[in-house]
Amino acid sequence: MSTPTQALRIEGEMTIYRAAELKQQMQPLFDAAGSGGIDSIDLSGVTEIDCSGVQLLLLARRNADAAGRALRLAVPSAAVAEVFALLNLGALAAPAA
Amino acid sequence: MNLDQALLTFIAECRELLEDVETTLLSVEQSADRNEAVNAIFRAAHTIKGSAGLFGLDHVVEFTHVVESVLDEVRDGRIALAEELVALLLSCCDHIGGLVDAIAAGQLEADAEMTRRGEPLTGQLRVYLGTPVAAAVASTAAQTQTSAKPLAEGAVAGANWHISLRFGPDVMRNGMDPLSFIRYLSTLGSIAGIVTVGEAIPAADEMDAESCYLGFEIAFASDAQQAAIENVFEFVREDCRICVIAPHSPIGAYLELIEQLPGDNQTTGAMLVQCGTLTAAELAAGLHPRPAPAAAIVTDAALPLQAAEAQKPGKEAKSQESRSIRVDADKLDQLINLVGELVIAGARTDLLARRMRNAELHECASTLANLVEEVRDSALQLRMVKIGATFSRFQRVVHDVARELGKDIVLTVSGEDTELDKTVVEKIADPLTHLVRNSMDHGIEPAEVRAARGKPVRGTVSLNAYHDSGTIVIEVSDDGGGLNREKILAKAAERGLIAAGQALSDSEVYGLIFEPGFSTAEKITNLSGRGVGMDVVKRNITALRGTVGISSRPGAGTTVTVRLPLTLAIIDGFLVSVGDSTFVVPLDMIEECVEFSAESGHEYTNLRGQVLPFIRLREFLEIEGGPAAESRHRESIVVIKYAGRKAGLVVDALLGEFQTVIKPLGRMFSQVSCISGSTILGSGEVALILDVPALVGAVEAAGGAPQKMLKAA
Repeated sequence: MSTPTQALRIEGEMTIYRAAELKQQMQPLFDAAGSGGIDSIDLSGVTEIDCSGVQLLLLARRNADAAGRALRLAVPSAAVAEVFALLNLGALAAPAA
Repeated sequence: MNLDQALLTFIAECRELLEDVETTLLSVEQSADRNEAVNAIFRAAHTIKGSAGLFGLDHVVEFTHVVESVLDEVRDGRIALAEELVALLLSCCDHIGGLVDAIAAGQLEADAEMTRRGEPLTGQLRVYLGTPVAAAVASTAAQTQTSAKPLAEGAVAGANWHISLRFGPDVMRNGMDPLSFIRYLSTLGSIAGIVTVGEAIPAADEMDAESCYLGFEIAFASDAQQAAIENVFEFVREDCRICVIAPHSPIGAYLELIEQLPGDNQTTGAMLVQCGTLTAAELAAGLHPRPAPAAAIVTDAALPLQAAEAQKPGKEAKSQESRSIRVDADKLDQLINLVGELVIAGARTDLLARRMRNAELHECASTLANLVEEVRDSALQLRMVKIGATFSRFQRVVHDVARELGKDIVLTVSGEDTELDKTVVEKIADPLTHLVRNSMDHGIEPAEVRAARGKPVRGTVSLNAYHDSGTIVIEVSDDGGGLNREKILAKAAERGLIAAGQALSDSEVYGLIFEPGFSTAEKITNLSGRGVGMDVVKRNITALRGTVGISSRPGAGTTVTVRLPLTLAIIDGFLVSVGDSTFVVPLDMIEECVEFSAESGHEYTNLRGQVLPFIRLREFLEIEGGPAAESRHRESIVVIKYAGRKAGLVVDALLGEFQTVIKPLGRMFSQVSCISGSTILGSGEVALILDVPALVGAVEAAGGAPQKMLKAA
């Protein structure tokens, strides 16, 4: 990979209220052409997450796996960790085996 | 996003449930089937907890959970529902009501004040539980695992419920987060395994970030009933597919689920294995003997249908429950307004038809008029509610106040089926509460005094309602000591309300207690006796175009009589004219109309041997010009009756009945007495509606002497 790797940082709430905006922000992750060097999502600044946030992350994970790209969900905040635990989504944080 | 809408429904439902709980709690002692009553309370508490959970109102859930735990113990007969517990539970209802009020005011989190108020209650509740709540929860969870039933043939070994959820696309837009359902589910038991199903998420370009594409397969350890688990999802059952399979169900049930779910059977089956519901062996044995069905994919359109089918038993029960529908009060008001306009337009048509002397048109207009009248009555009927619901609220007031005062007082209620306008009902509750409290505090004597007077130790406060000439009468009576005429007179003289030595009738004396700042209570309690209240009661009732009266017999009790108009919108009126002006008299208040005659030189007439005082409307309202010559000798007296008193109004002509839509007078005219509103006639002219109670009062005031004679007659 020639482009330097970088992290996409998400701040604030990942909820339905911002879902459309977040999808825009995460668009590079969904592009089949390439993620523009983004290989991780920094979730440390997420204050709240609901199902709309979860499904965006699921989608990002699915796209990355399909394209064979690496994607790390880094430093989940307490709010994110709680939801991951509730929904048993620990595997989401790491690439599929 | 209509989160607000859903929350409003929640608030309204909570309030209704709390009211039900209160009623049930108060009647539980007399109730024949105690178990049923306790069950009903438990269910209500449970529903409140459940709904609060969905909205993430953790403080409500936390508090209600403790209440529910105690109720559960009561239900199982481990705790007796004694009087103290009833009182405690009532306080808990109040606290929950307070929390709900705060939510309605926009405060969705607990603040320190609320927590502080809730703590003593939970503390007391925990005494009943005997153990700290955390331990109690743990023990129920432990119980779950041990209650294994002998397995039926073909049943799977897993001891968990299996819950399969596929949320509809609009769930989040409707303000509900699927996560909150899962969080709430975990209060009923523990989630043994969960698989989040994201396969339905479309490709990024087609994905709408605000739609919900998620599903969950959950293995759930709980000893809750199937209905309880299904109820968790009550708010979304309309647009979601929910399937709940009981523990140890035959493998067929799971296979059916797997086939119904979209996606590859093997993958779906693997999810059930992954969350621990099925073992790999069970799945393999189940899937292979059966050929995979050709069309296992369920289209979106079929989703709601299937969900509906899965929920059929619940649905049927629901439709039976909801024979009434909730309608926004504003819509109803708008309907009444429209009906009002219809009545006016109808009257105009009728007038035109009469003028044109076209028989067919006339017939048509009168058919129309009949229909309009029926529509009007049914529309008004929509707003009529029985007063019973308001009355039953007073059981609680009496219960609480009696405890507070340390008096033994019982409330008897009659005439619960009497109907009146909803807007009136809402506004009458506060004044009535004050009257009831007042009766209990001042009216009913302490037990020793009652015993000494030879009365039953238990005091009685009664509420009664009935219809009387277009008004509803509500009586609040007690069997207490009655009013002390001398004390009231002394107090009134001291306050300068009356001149010393002024002669007053009993009703005038008793009426003094409605004056501002008047109280004869020897000791001031925090309930009443501070001299604020009775005047406010009177003001509130007057604002509703009602009146309040009081009668009392020393040693035997006091009765406060509140009279209110049945409706505030449309009445049957009777048109009369004086000069060029037209007036409406509410038809219900008219006794009869007679030809004018007068005892010479006096302002009263002889009505079949009785003295009838009258006023000349022309003089009273200062209408200019004399009567037209031809009607000079054809004046009539309209005999009006209010609260058992009669009076006459002298008018030029009687014009007949008229459906009257009451239009309130502007604020400019608020000081005008004897006129209660206005209406529009068919001709487009404005007619004033006469305020009969005020007129009767004016007639009596004008003719002091005849009034006395009338009384004597």
